[in-house]
Amino acid sequence: MGKRIAKEVSIAVAEAVKQCRVDVIAAYPITPQTHIVEHLSELVANGELDAEYITVESEHSAISACLGSVATGARTFTSTSAQGLALMHEILFITSALRLPVVMVVANRALSAPISIWNDHADIMAQRDVGWIQTFAENGQEAVDLVYHAFRVAEDRRVMFPAIVNIDGFTLSHMIEPIELPDQEQVDQYLPPFKPRYKLDPRKPISIGPVGIPEIYTEAKKAQDEAFKNAYRVIIKAWDEFEKIFGRRYRPVETYRMEDAEVALLIMGSLAETAMTAVDRMREAGKKVGLVRIRLWRPFPLRDFVRAVKGVKMLAVVDRALSPGATGGPVAVEVRSALYQVPGRPRVVSFIAGLGGRDVTVEDFEEMADKAYFYLKKKPKESYEMIGVKE
Amino acid sequence: MLKELAKFKGFSAKNLPKEEPFAPGHRACQGCGEVLALRLALKALGMNVIAVSATGCMEIISSPFPYTSWRVPWIHIAFENAAAVASGVEAALKALKRKGRFPKNRRVDVVAFAGDGGTADIGLQALSGALERGHDFVYICLDNEAYMNTGVQRSGCTPYGAMTTTSPPGEKSIGQMTWKKNVPAIAAAHGIPYVATATPAFFLDLMNKVKKAALVNGPAYVHIYSPCPTGWGSKGEDSIRLARLAVETRIFPLYEVIEGKYYITRKVTKPKPVEEYLKLQRRFRHLTEEHIREIQQRVDAEYERLLRLAECL
Repeated sequence: MGKRIAKEVSIAVAEAVKQCRVDVIAAYPITPQTHIVEHLSELVANGELDAEYITVESEHSAISACLGSVATGARTFTSTSAQGLALMHEILFITSALRLPVVMVVANRALSAPISIWNDHADIMAQRDVGWIQTFAENGQEAVDLVYHAFRVAEDRRVMFPAIVNIDGFTLSHMIEPIELPDQEQVDQYLPPFKPRYKLDPRKPISIGPVGIPEIYTEAKKAQDEAFKNAYRVIIKAWDEFEKIFGRRYRPVETYRMEDAEVALLIMGSLAETAMTAVDRMREAGKKVGLVRIRLWRPFPLRDFVRAVKGVKMLAVVDRALSPGATGGPVAVEVRSALYQVPGRPRVVSFIAGLGGRDVTVEDFEEMADKAYFYLKKKPKESYEMIGVKE
Repeated sequence: MLKELAKFKGFSAKNLPKEEPFAPGHRACQGCGEVLALRLALKALGMNVIAVSATGCMEIISSPFPYTSWRVPWIHIAFENAAAVASGVEAALKALKRKGRFPKNRRVDVVAFAGDGGTADIGLQALSGALERGHDFVYICLDNEAYMNTGVQRSGCTPYGAMTTTSPPGEKSIGQMTWKKNVPAIAAAHGIPYVATATPAFFLDLMNKVKKAALVNGPAYVHIYSPCPTGWGSKGEDSIRLARLAVETRIFPLYEVIEGKYYITRKVTKPKPVEEYLKLQRRFRHLTEEHIREIQQRVDAEYERLLRLAECL
């Protein structure tokens, strides 16, 4: 087992990528992703990581180069944030539909305008439907562990889908945390070499990316969707295996003090740690409040989620992104839909908080939980509510 | 001369490769000059190739699932990123060879194909990035002078005066109002080892240039003039004639830029008037004598400029 040492999360993530023995990295600089790719280029430059680092001229080319690379049979990594992820948008769909298992870390950041380099989830929520496996890390250790997991799952022949690991920009990416990096042998044991069944090789020519005429397009999408849903099992098994080798246990949905909870806060990402403190304080005050955190966002872990919120009267979903004019934040909309067919389902209230780097404090979470209690008695006027807006 | 090219004797009618990496049965229009250029280019490259296509006519006509014309490994991702995808393929091969996961001594040429829209317009940034980074690959622009796949809209490579569906002549317009973007010059400005122009009318010249592009270490750019009967309003049987006339009128001169030095590969000492070329195509039929004079002057001046480049450098 490796040692627990204080490291900046971005640096640790880059070290984990190195331990995954990537062959090709293609990345373009954007704050707050930069520390990850800077460290990787350092590792390549000083010979610690034997890989090609392509200094592309845009994020669009970053992801395009990644597709070319992974299609040729090389383990491939990229990382981006916000506008960069938005620029990749077009190619993200193609990556998943062509079943090319690129792994990407997104240091989540607000989308312009107004231009903001600070954290929220607007960037990744705009990529909800691209067909990539998507996970959210709560802390530095999890960020690192999800990187090993992402490669293992994405490249599994039963899966062959690209994967995004989300880490909150600055509030997680730039934190210095005690992180345990496993020994290389353990990583090698966990992550077998990348051996795709199909690749670009003149010894066995194939055509990738043909035209899909109306007679076959629907079937192609159906096949993609079935395969994506089936990835769930591999994702779980890869976490089981992870626990055996590394001793840390991960599930698609995590709960905190949910045993007898009436009101539950629901969140994704690193704010969950602040929310836990709020839950503790409210529990001390005799309020039955718990916390649910979704780690696996795509494919959505429906059963795990429904199980996690069983018995709860009111679910307060804290979204880090705005979907203007929608019926709630993106996560709230998802969750309401997931619960609709569940008998005795909890009510759902949608809060939007922490946009563009705005702090969400313990007090804010207490306020949201209190409001959730209040809305049990009186229906909210609006279908979603923004928290912490200055009057 | 580059040492990589020293041993290359060139193709002749006697030693043409037997392999056809691009299979017949594709769905290109009758008389398509572009698919002919593509076939010749692949014939020159041979079977040890990984090909990347941008979205466009050649991608559409060659890959209606479950059929494919590609006997070599081929990938199509999107419109604007053929050069970036090729960068990834090249980098992957390099890494895999170094790490012993691909035979070290097996030569594989990476080639990207795109049309003029995918090169001069939407793909220019990706192309520039890939050329500047120095990937060992060949980029081939198959230039039919408009967005033919979407129904003949103008591109940066559409010639002055040409009628397209988005540059229609009218009372206030003569059609395309701008002069053709000089993409080979842009490619050469990157300081890459090899740039060339070619047309399927001079097929051995085309094949030799594509082969040289593959042989040099580093990025190479080949701009191939590709007649399009459908988009140009010309007869299918006139495609080769047009490709020849484009050279003989000095509209599309054939040259190479090797390590920054210009070499005219087919000197045109007695040029034919541009009118001979223009009159065979419906896209130019609205042009007046004055317009044609204007085009002639421009063509003469451009050729002079090219001659000076070839002499001075």
